[in-house]
Amino acid sequence: MTRLTDRIFGLVTILVALVYIMSAMQIQASFLSDPVGSKTFPIIVALVAVICGGVMVLRPDAEPDWPEGYTLLSIGISVALLIGYSYALKPIGFLIPTAIVAGAISYQISPRPRFAALSGIGLSIGLFVLFKFILGLGLTGLPKGMGF
Amino acid sequence: MEIFSNLALGFDIAFSPFTLMLAVIGCFLGTIIGALPGLGPSNGVAIMIPLTFTLGLDATAALVLLTSIYYGAMYGGRISSILLNIPGDEPALMTTLDGYPMAKQGRAGDALVISGVASFVGALLATIGLAFLAPMLSRIAYQFGPAEYFALYLLAFSTLGGISSNNQAKAALASCFGLMIAMIGLDPNSGMPRLTGGNLHLMDGVDFLVAIVGLFAVSEVFFFIESHGKSGALGVKLDKVTVPWRDLWDTKWTMLRSSVLGFIAGVLPGAGASLGSFLTYMMEKSIAGDKGGFGKGAVKGVAAPEAGNNAAAGGALVPMLTLGVPGSGTTAVLLAVLMTLNITPGPTLFTDRPDVVWGLIASLLISNFVLLAMNVPMVKIFVKILQVPPAVLMPGVTMISFVGIYSLTGSYFDLLLVVAFGVMGYVLRKLDIPTVPVIMGILLGNAMEKSLRDAMVLSDGDWSYLFGSSISTGLIIAAALGFIAPIFLRRFMTKPQGVAD
Repeated sequence: MTRLTDRIFGLVTILVALVYIMSAMQIQASFLSDPVGSKTFPIIVALVAVICGGVMVLRPDAEPDWPEGYTLLSIGISVALLIGYSYALKPIGFLIPTAIVAGAISYQISPRPRFAALSGIGLSIGLFVLFKFILGLGLTGLPKGMGF
Repeated sequence: MEIFSNLALGFDIAFSPFTLMLAVIGCFLGTIIGALPGLGPSNGVAIMIPLTFTLGLDATAALVLLTSIYYGAMYGGRISSILLNIPGDEPALMTTLDGYPMAKQGRAGDALVISGVASFVGALLATIGLAFLAPMLSRIAYQFGPAEYFALYLLAFSTLGGISSNNQAKAALASCFGLMIAMIGLDPNSGMPRLTGGNLHLMDGVDFLVAIVGLFAVSEVFFFIESHGKSGALGVKLDKVTVPWRDLWDTKWTMLRSSVLGFIAGVLPGAGASLGSFLTYMMEKSIAGDKGGFGKGAVKGVAAPEAGNNAAAGGALVPMLTLGVPGSGTTAVLLAVLMTLNITPGPTLFTDRPDVVWGLIASLLISNFVLLAMNVPMVKIFVKILQVPPAVLMPGVTMISFVGIYSLTGSYFDLLLVVAFGVMGYVLRKLDIPTVPVIMGILLGNAMEKSLRDAMVLSDGDWSYLFGSSISTGLIIAAALGFIAPIFLRRFMTKPQGVAD
């Protein structure tokens, strides 16, 4: 079996769409009902998705070139960092997480440690000044009780 | 003439110093965004939306700012296409075909000026066309009931994939993903939660801004990590920029023809700017024949797609403003802007909020002249922007996107969704599944479902009501044809895949 990516994605799509249909079946009907109701449209759309997934399984396109090893790891690390950033932004403030994450992403794109560290710090301070003082957004710069 | 009094109202708003300033800032930012490799009109406008809202601008001001960014990015896109051979987004691809060869022959300056003027002609004619056509279409749109709207949404979704994907199943699947995501949240008719999986954060549904920023901006970052920013080198030299009057005069008919065709392509719901630049390039190529030298640096091959895609950008505003159905990825983003500003596009927009519509049209006309001035004499400034290394640019874009969303919603959960949409966008684009239909699905899903349910309420559950009027029947037939035709046409109209170095 070649062209695995499309086939696997097609299968995953079919599974997701089936789960979606099952949960749509369980939508509680309201007393204010209309002829179509709240289940029909989601179920129709998910059925179309099942058909499309089927087409992908049966008639897959050529394999895309997936990144390998280190590159895939870099993307994985970036995703993890961005997830961490989402949780950190509120409690820790803007400056420190931004410097770390921006520097790390910069390093992933072009592996020059000094350049990456400087861009991280530069972006963090530059964007903070831009957002806070020029555009007037309500950001906190540092953890609570440490100024700004 | 009614149109002149309307335009007078528009210019009255557009000529206020504040609006004028916003238009100039928007043009400047837009050209930069368009010129930066990897940023195009859609993701450029996408990251600017949350910031614009947190600035607290009123509806007209926000719209003027964002549409001039949109127009600016359409102009700016040609700079990276011509000098770097990197199209900022899909419609700019056609410009690389002759623009980059021209630049390699040492005529980079000429290519930039010609494409700048072509953009101006296309965008100006399209804005004039918009001013005439939109009010007429809005009068027809008054006859649209729920059944007609449902058919129209169907048409938009089925034609959307036509050219942006090589596989209709994948395009349709993308629309389904969008629609499925749109259904999450409270049912608009009954007020009951559905498909939230019990997650409280999902009760409000998935905000389309979150999806737009994730799919367009964050996924781009992953692509840059994958390529390690290798593609950013400036391959050609740009010396003194002079105006090649002769070439401009020789391409006058090309520009006019392409503007008209591009505008028409833009007006078709779902088709948009990619189709505009593609069709115009193909048209000029067949008119010129083998002697035209297309693909080897033909002047007409630069003028045609630029006039075409800018005209289509203007044309795409017609269905977006009159019917609420966007004609391209970026107008989908602009529709998101309107919806967030609590303005419902549609026929009533022209009577209820003439200030918004005509202020917008007038400032588009002004933006065009500003952009011509910025993009021809000052083009060298923007060329400097290309030298920003991706290792600074992309982290910056990511952080701006995150802060934009965060300052709009203040929720960590939305930031997590942005990351999730970023990963999703990366995988989809790897698989050659277009992302624009996903956005359109999220944007229009609830409206589409509502029109279907309203139609069924009116007909008391009789599904044949969808074919009840000639307008809706025609739209549904057009949707079916629009979906099936590309499968057969693809054999004859293969998309050029860009020039190799």
